[in-house]
Amino acid sequence: MAKHKTPLLDQLESGPWPSFVSDIKQEAENRAKNEKGLDYQVAVDCPEDLLGVLEMSYTDGETHWKHGGIVGVFGYGGGVIGRYCDQPEMFPGVAHFHTVRVAQPTGKWYTTDFLRQLMDIWDLRGSGLTNMHGATGDIVMLGTTTPQLEEIFWELTHDMNNDLGGSGSNLRTPAACMGMSRCEYACYDSQELCYNLTQEYQDELHRPAFPYKFKFKFDACPNGCVAAIARSDLGFLGTWKDPIKIDQEKVAAYVGGEIAPNAGAHAGRDWGAFDIQKEVVDLCPSQCLSYEGGKLVMDHKECVRCMHCINTMPQALKIGDERGVSMFCGAKAPILDGPQMGSLLVPFVEVNKDDDYQAIKDIIENVWDWWMDEGKNRERIGETMKRLGFAALAEAAGVGIDPRQVQEPRHNPYIFWKAEDVEGGWERDIDDFRKRHQR
Amino acid sequence: MAFISSGYNPDKPMEGRISDIGPRHFTEFLPPVIAKNFGKWDYHEILEPGLLCHTGVSGDKAYTVRCGTARLMTVTHIREICDIADKFCGGFLRFTTRNNIEFILESLDEAKELMKFLEAQKFEGGSYKFPVGGTGAGVTNIVHTQGWVHCHTPATDASGTVKATMDAVFDDFKEMKLPAPVRISMACCLNMCGAVHCSDIAILGIHRKPPIIDHKYLDNLCEIPLAVAACPTGAVRPSKVEIDGETYKTVAIKEERCMFCGNCYTMCPSLPLSDGEGDGIAIMVGGKISNRLTKPAFSKVVVPFVPNEPPRWPTMTKVIKKILDTYAAEANKYERLGDWANRIGWERFFEKCDLEFSAHLIDDFRDPAYYTWRQTSQFKW
Ligand code: SF4
Ligand code: SF4
Ligand code: SF4
Ligand code: SF4
Repeated sequence: MAKHKTPLLDQLESGPWPSFVSDIKQEAENRAKNEKGLDYQVAVDCPEDLLGVLEMSYTDGETHWKHGGIVGVFGYGGGVIGRYCDQPEMFPGVAHFHTVRVAQPTGKWYTTDFLRQLMDIWDLRGSGLTNMHGATGDIVMLGTTTPQLEEIFWELTHDMNNDLGGSGSNLRTPAACMGMSRCEYACYDSQELCYNLTQEYQDELHRPAFPYKFKFKFDACPNGCVAAIARSDLGFLGTWKDPIKIDQEKVAAYVGGEIAPNAGAHAGRDWGAFDIQKEVVDLCPSQCLSYEGGKLVMDHKECVRCMHCINTMPQALKIGDERGVSMFCGAKAPILDGPQMGSLLVPFVEVNKDDDYQAIKDIIENVWDWWMDEGKNRERIGETMKRLGFAALAEAAGVGIDPRQVQEPRHNPYIFWKAEDVEGGWERDIDDFRKRHQR
Repeated sequence: MAFISSGYNPDKPMEGRISDIGPRHFTEFLPPVIAKNFGKWDYHEILEPGLLCHTGVSGDKAYTVRCGTARLMTVTHIREICDIADKFCGGFLRFTTRNNIEFILESLDEAKELMKFLEAQKFEGGSYKFPVGGTGAGVTNIVHTQGWVHCHTPATDASGTVKATMDAVFDDFKEMKLPAPVRISMACCLNMCGAVHCSDIAILGIHRKPPIIDHKYLDNLCEIPLAVAACPTGAVRPSKVEIDGETYKTVAIKEERCMFCGNCYTMCPSLPLSDGEGDGIAIMVGGKISNRLTKPAFSKVVVPFVPNEPPRWPTMTKVIKKILDTYAAEANKYERLGDWANRIGWERFFEKCDLEFSAHLIDDFRDPAYYTWRQTSQFKW
């Protein structure tokens, strides 16, 4: 017999898509049975109380979680988010229900050993509910009480050799696409770079010293599977400089219909025979392809590496060999100043593991120094950059100026010249002026 | 309940403490075929919806079975997933950025067997546990936020709106019959933890009433200057009120300046703005993240408000379905939703998708608004 009646939530059990309500009910039952005989460290019935409070929100159309509350583990400024229910008498099982963020392995590959160990911790010391994964990338464990936090952290670090993730005004848990582990498009090892920078900047991750949050994301190619351009303060996007490699025999196989275009992604519908002229050549945004005499020809200097031709014929076309990363700065969601896309700060930088990615780290640290000096409280770097200008950011980052950084040159001629830009500077003598001009 | 100690000693918190170790290295978690062919993949194919095949330069093949999940998962459910990975995949699995699960296998037969197994798993309530799909030119799982399940600022629920939406577009998760992939994202307030601002279709929780001021408590709970500074439109200013003969330091809000962003509430718990009638959902479309063919693009608001209709949000799903079906019928192969709308023109998009255009859809927020107004006589009737 369920603890609370949930007639509204029950309606979310039907329909084909996996029902979180059914899952929570299943968890509630298992906890009640407690076949392993665990001495649960938080209320056994918290899944039921969570359904209860959620049902109440479904009735009221309002949330029943209180604002904030500062909790955490000793020495860390992030990783735990305090959460309290605003109806603790009715739902004591979730009265204190803090979130614990756990650093995810890059690319989100797991062994079942790792997951089981984590689940054991969360069974005993948490609500038994999780998010796999939070929007930033970490594993999110939903619901525990304050006395359990240090215990969870202890077990995570001692038994699992794994850390908490980030929250607050610090570096958030960086995230990468699966890149080289399973993708032929990867222009650099996004997972290794992500891992390396995560380790390098542990201090920034755990001890808030920034004006506001800061996110790194790593896409190994312009397809952008983790949304580096749209969702990170500094986004890293794999790219290349030399020609795309073309295997003309395979091109012929696509044209002949032996290989399905776009790796078979359009198989659900009859789009007719593959038409290389219409589907590749004519669509190329830089118009740098032509198909002549059964051969695909490319004016590679004009290619903007949009990935379309490669995605469409992955067996025939391959990314170039002179590979590196483009860095984008300042993406964020609307708060405060409207949504921002990342702007191209560095068109190309080598990804060099041998010198521990020093070229990339130099840029990151320059950018942070500038932002920490100039940024206002709760100002994302995208806003600082808008307020003070892209050129100021580029200068601070020490990356040089390049036409690739803009879509087009400025529209207005209100140029902020500096005195040193102008011959003779700004110091002038009015008496001298008057010798030439009467009052 | 007896307290079980892990070994942590609160009297000596630094004793034996380990910190700043970060995540484990990803190479500990790679299935053997993935580790062996790392960085040496040749090409991939989608053999059928939910089934990918990656071929290495070595000739090795890795078959990936992808299935959807509700992102909110329990310990019991994750253990079930582990059982499957143990049984079929040597104890390895992967989560995608969009909350799907991927199982890697080395033979096609085993992969097919796993697919059959996954399709047979159902929750007691009747829904699938692991529907196979989410590949290619279809709809894949929805990236979303916390909603009423666990956050203090939402204007709507996340898990429920996502469940209702995925039920409505389930065919497009299972099949690959759209012109291009469609990414749906959900965020339950303007903070957009889910960053829906670059999605083909975005479900966004919005408030429509200015904060209520808890005058008697405000000064105790909040730093007034922080609440004032938090407001992007300068709607909040320090003030005093008298209640029952007592004077309280508090704030006043210029209501006509409020754009319901909730920043003040983030800084000050005495300024809540959730409201059963005021809150609901805005629907945005036409964003994208990839650089393929066209540039990454922002999502645009096409429906300024639909009310919260828990548990199944029928108005919201109807609008989403209509947009998706119209796009599916009209767009060219490879054309993303926003690119289709740009090609036919947004005035035509509203007409075809049966959406009403109102003043709420004309941007009036600061400078960027200007770039969304039309500065040409090239328009369509
Ligand atoms: S971003 Fe590119 S390299 Fe990374 S997973 Fe996506 S397609 Fe592959
Ligand atoms: S990658 Fe894009 S721009 Fe370059 S040739 Fe292919 S289609 Fe054209
Ligand atoms: S989007 Fe807003 S309401 Fe939703 S989880 Fe994030 S902060 Fe909370
Ligand atoms: S909700 Fe936003 S706009 Fe309205 S008063 Fe608060 S901070 Fe200002």
